[in-house]
Amino acid sequence: MPAISFQHVAKTYTGARSLVRALDDVSFDIEPGEFFGLLGPNGAGKTTLISILAGLARASGGTVSVLGHDVVSEYAVARRSLGIVPQELVFDPFFTVREALRIQGGYFGVHGNDAWIDELLSELGLADKADANMRQLSGGMKRRVLVAQALVHKPPVIVLDEPTAGVDVELRQTLWQFVARLNRQGHTVLLTTHYLEEAEALCGRIAMLKQGRVVALDKTSALLAGTASTMLRFKTDRALPVALASRARVTGRIVQLQAHDAREVELLLATLREGGVEPEDLEIGRADLEDVFLEIMQGEPARVAA
Amino acid sequence: MNGVLSGTRTLLYKEVLRFWKVSFQTVAAPVLTAVLYLLIFGHVLEDHVKVFDQVGYTSFLIPGLVMMSVLQNAFANSSSSLIQSKITGNLVFLLVAPLSHWAWFIAYAGASMVRGVVVGTGVLLVTLWFAPLQAAEPWWIVVFALLGAGMMGSLGLIAGLWAEKFDQMAAFQNFIIMPMTFLSGVFYSVHSLPSFWQGVSHLNPFFYMIDGFRRGFFGVSDVSPWLSLAVVGSAFVLVSGIALHLLRIGYKIRH
Repeated sequence: MPAISFQHVAKTYTGARSLVRALDDVSFDIEPGEFFGLLGPNGAGKTTLISILAGLARASGGTVSVLGHDVVSEYAVARRSLGIVPQELVFDPFFTVREALRIQGGYFGVHGNDAWIDELLSELGLADKADANMRQLSGGMKRRVLVAQALVHKPPVIVLDEPTAGVDVELRQTLWQFVARLNRQGHTVLLTTHYLEEAEALCGRIAMLKQGRVVALDKTSALLAGTASTMLRFKTDRALPVALASRARVTGRIVQLQAHDAREVELLLATLREGGVEPEDLEIGRADLEDVFLEIMQGEPARVAA
Repeated sequence: MNGVLSGTRTLLYKEVLRFWKVSFQTVAAPVLTAVLYLLIFGHVLEDHVKVFDQVGYTSFLIPGLVMMSVLQNAFANSSSSLIQSKITGNLVFLLVAPLSHWAWFIAYAGASMVRGVVVGTGVLLVTLWFAPLQAAEPWWIVVFALLGAGMMGSLGLIAGLWAEKFDQMAAFQNFIIMPMTFLSGVFYSVHSLPSFWQGVSHLNPFFYMIDGFRRGFFGVSDVSPWLSLAVVGSAFVLVSGIALHLLRIGYKIRH
């Protein structure tokens, strides 16, 4: 039985002028124990999909279930199995960290679990903040409390909706070590993120959404293998030759060009030399998830593993 | 089942703790307001207004002020808690929890009743300095206080779900709740009004809450307490039914 199952999920709502189709026939399963990544540009429908899973929004069509329990008709059982870390940095200003965690556990019928709360607090580096009011915490600290709140009832399935947006490097490391360990202990993890290197490092399987549709769904390794495998990276101040300008990815001075094999690398270098471009800090590396992502988002045909 | 009950209990506890943590603002302030009304109106009108035989104006005013405090604070509790959670976004902690619409209703209306009764008791205790306490038919005091607070807590739930901004909530409070409480006979007996306004007052459910509540103190009232019970009871069932329905469909909270 899948940990999470999306079946033909659709979501439409009335926009300013027309009907907006936020999700269009989204179907995929996440198996128990997976570390699964959900990627896509802003507005692709990632958060809408998570909201339907969490009960924050209702699907216009299709079904979603958690460990076999429908999120609408069996919402209580489904929600007990889910721990959601919301994207927005929200908190209840009336309570201390410990109160907030006890209360959140109580909603799920969990009481007297201070040992687990203490463990969560120390894992997330919040031990000395247990009795501080939520208002007194920094943004990063509030984010950690959100993670603790999602885990306080020990859910088998953990959903993190862009948990590292605007978070410093240290917290990101702490958070990923912690979540990776929970995953090793058997928790299923569904992660949405903008940081593609995070998804590449953590997720065994990835789904990519674009305009409400699944455009890629495969093992991370398969997605990486399936793309042009070599990337040519260098810096330059000169304008690229016309033949290359359209296929290059330019970030400031950094230029990246895809190549499928060594011969194509030679060809690219030759074209650059003819164009009078002197590449600085030249390196040739393997394509990463960002390359796959951009290739797919630029309108390559959908790649969904059977 | 145990989990369901404990979830409801936790939410009720959280809602009570929320207002208790700021009790200076949520309990002490409304008590002071009511006492100021009593001092001013009691002083000005004590020798001029006689509503019931053998009941001084200050004594007459006290139950009205107590009930007004109960009603306004019950409304304020659920409505302000909900709108704050909606606007700050922390309602998400409840939305992801396995709480039924009954759990939400019982917790929000229940905490409103607790706040209403706590403030009402506070007002009553302070007014003991001004006039001796009478309680001719005390069961009416309890019945109308609880039923009125429950209805206003439910109405606050509806307003909290409906309002998207603080000014919409303020409008609800200033243009509906305030006129209905002030025009319900808190400060006067509706028998003293011209017959047209008497008729209008009889359409106001708040009138029956105040009149029935006051009956418990003096044993006399403008209308039969049974009629008041029927009206307030029906209003409670209607308003709480609407609140439960809105919670069940996730009105403006589950999109």
